[in-house]
Amino acid sequence: MVEVQDRTRESFQRLAMAELPGLYWLARRLVRDGAEDLVQEALLRAYRSFGTLREDTAAGPWLKRILVNVFRDQLRRQARSVEELPVEEVEDFSLYQTLVEQDPLPYSDTLHHDYLRAFAREDVREVLLRLPELYRAPLVLRYMDGFATKEVARLLDVPLGTVLARLHRGRKRFERELWAYAQETGLLLKGVVQ
Amino acid sequence: MTEKQGLIPCSEAVRQLWDYLDHAVSPEEQEKVEQHLSFCRTCCGELEFAEQLRGFLAAQGADELPPHVKARLERFVADL
Repeated sequence: MVEVQDRTRESFQRLAMAELPGLYWLARRLVRDGAEDLVQEALLRAYRSFGTLREDTAAGPWLKRILVNVFRDQLRRQARSVEELPVEEVEDFSLYQTLVEQDPLPYSDTLHHDYLRAFAREDVREVLLRLPELYRAPLVLRYMDGFATKEVARLLDVPLGTVLARLHRGRKRFERELWAYAQETGLLLKGVVQ
Repeated sequence: MTEKQGLIPCSEAVRQLWDYLDHAVSPEEQEKVEQHLSFCRTCCGELEFAEQLRGFLAAQGADELPPHVKARLERFVADL
C-alpha cells in the first residue's frame, strides 16, 4: 500500500528546516557570493513543486537537485563561457609526488595525511573557488555531496563522458591548487600541523 | 618503474586511479590497473593518496549553520 505523503506548508517547512545546513554548505562551495540567496531561490522553487516529492526521506537530495538547477540557471543567465583546460596543462601535476619531492613537513611520518590536515574548511573552500565552475561543480557534487557520476551528468545537463573528463581535470586542478594555496598563504607555517 | 611487457605506464595508471576507485572502469581496465599496481610502489602510493583525498573531500560536508545564516534562513522558511 502506498503511503499518502503530507504535502502541507507545515510539512514542507519541517523537511526544509532539517536540510538547511546541507543546502547552505553546498551553495557555499558552488558560489563565492550569494550562497544564502541561492538557498532561498531553491527553497521557493521547491515549495512550488512540493507535490512532486515522492518520499519525505528523499527530501535532502531532492532539494539539492533543485539548488543545482538554480545554480545552473544563474550560470546560463550570466552567459559566462569557461574554456576547457588543455589536458596537458593539468595532467603532469601530481600532488603526491610533489609532496614526496618537496617534503614540506620534514618532521612528519605521515606527510600526505598531515598535509591535508593543515587545510581548514574555509581553506578548502578557497581552493575550490579557484577552480572554474566547469570543474568545481562536478567535483563538489560527486565527492562532497555524494551524487553518482551519472546523476551529476543529469544535474549539470552534460553527457556522462564530459562529466568524467571534467572530474579528471577538476581533480588534477584541485591538487595543483592545494599545493599553490599552501605556498601562497604560508599555511604550513601557521602551526596548524603539530 | 621499468617498463614491463604488457603493463600500462604509470601516467596511464595514475590517470585511471579515481575511476578505478569509483568502479567506473571496465573489467579489462581494472585488471590492467591492478597488474600495474602489483609492480609499482609509486603508483600504490598514488592510490593510497587518492583514497585519502576522497576521504578529505567527503569530510567537508555540511556543518552547523553560522547563527546569523541560521536565523535568516529559518525566518525565510517560516514565512513561506
